[in-house]
Amino acid sequence: MYTAADLKKGLKLEIEGNPYIVVDFQFAKPGKGQALYRTKMRNMVNGNMLERTFRSNDKFKKADLEERAMQFLYSQGDDFIFMDNQNYEQLTVTRDHLGDSTNFMIDNMDVQVLLFHGASIGVTLPTSVTLRVIKADPWAKGDTSGSDSKPVTVQTGYELQVPPFVNEDDLIQIDTRTGEYMTRVKE
Amino acid sequence: MRPSRLSLLKKRAALIQATRSFFIDQGFLEVETPIRIPAPAPEAHIEAERAGNWYLQTSPELCMKRLLAAGCSPIFQICKCFRRHERGEKHLPEMTLLEWYRAEADYHDLMTDCEGLLLALTRDTVLQMGNRTIDLTPPWPRLSLDAAFERHAATSLDHCLADGSFEEVLVRDIEPQLGQNTPVFLCDYPASQASLARLHPSNPARAERFELYINGLELANGFSELTDATEQRQRFEGEREIISALGRQPAPLPEPFLRDLAHMPPAAGIALGLDRLIMLYTGASHIDQVVAFTPEEL
Repeated sequence: MYTAADLKKGLKLEIEGNPYIVVDFQFAKPGKGQALYRTKMRNMVNGNMLERTFRSNDKFKKADLEERAMQFLYSQGDDFIFMDNQNYEQLTVTRDHLGDSTNFMIDNMDVQVLLFHGASIGVTLPTSVTLRVIKADPWAKGDTSGSDSKPVTVQTGYELQVPPFVNEDDLIQIDTRTGEYMTRVKE
Repeated sequence: MRPSRLSLLKKRAALIQATRSFFIDQGFLEVETPIRIPAPAPEAHIEAERAGNWYLQTSPELCMKRLLAAGCSPIFQICKCFRRHERGEKHLPEMTLLEWYRAEADYHDLMTDCEGLLLALTRDTVLQMGNRTIDLTPPWPRLSLDAAFERHAATSLDHCLADGSFEEVLVRDIEPQLGQNTPVFLCDYPASQASLARLHPSNPARAERFELYINGLELANGFSELTDATEQRQRFEGEREIISALGRQPAPLPEPFLRDLAHMPPAAGIALGLDRLIMLYTGASHIDQVVAFTPEEL
């Protein structure tokens, strides 16, 4: 259990059955009155913000969160199948819990799966991933349009802007946090 | 050391020096009392730090009143005080308090002292807070807590006390409005919020206690002292019951203080947060900016 005195940015709590992370808090104490902890928290499942004012005597459950190293095996429709690297058990996570991460996930990729009470609420990918370009317009020599980027599609179906010299079938490195092109990878 | 830190500490030293001179010039005696004590005043929402079997003081109040009882008046002290878990933009768990006490005086005399002190610390009669100018010309408005709730809150003070929202409404709706153009004294607190203060003679539901606010910042807390030792013991017992109900272990009663209180003359005393005063006079927005080191830096 946490008490209000433990509150700080980044603390993870369980409130009404949901995991929250504290993003901001202010300590206030009028004169000889009770201390107030004015707290802003983000729901770690759906991203909604919650504002609450706590008293010094309030107690909170620590959010039962666990991060486990897993391998992404394959996807089947909206189901994404992972394998726990320690006990080899398989875990199915639906697309709506993965958000934008599905743009960068390829078979056999090592990821960290975040579990809340044993159920997955999200994954953390490596900070960069190498994906193959499956669709790109050829770069016309002497292109005078002046544009310094063009759209391509990679193997996961994700579309992004890349420099004009990237061709179909090239491998490119993408930053999974921003979704942006980093560099072309030589094979 | 960074130059900004050096210039701030120079200003801090100068303000403390000027504060000391102000009181000495007024005929006050500067005193020192023990910081480590066996029994702090039992107050429901102020938690003392343990120091072995004793405690670090949360305020020098009890020892200074014992000095009043011994015939020392007027007196002042600048000292470190410690309050557990108080940490925020305006709170340090170790802070510097200025306290002063006058025999044969009441809370109105302390308000006049506040006006004199804050004026003595400036060359002119205004304080510049960013683009806001605070006019220090006395007398400063004295606003009762009942009137403040009527003016700034959706419900009355008594209603907020009954439903437990007193602190929340005070912090959210009232404090930010206080002391925007001139300092303001928020006066006549509920008796339940003033365990060491004398009750108002015409309204026993209120105590002769006030807080000084400037630019929304609570700066000082003063009151006409309760001198009835029997009533003081009952109030301490009441506070200890609340402390137990909150799941904390109450400290023993300060018996030597209760014994001396019977001999204390009518008096008034006040605690002023010096770190916060320095924030106001240096334009600092965060209390961390006015101390040499914060606990996190140690």
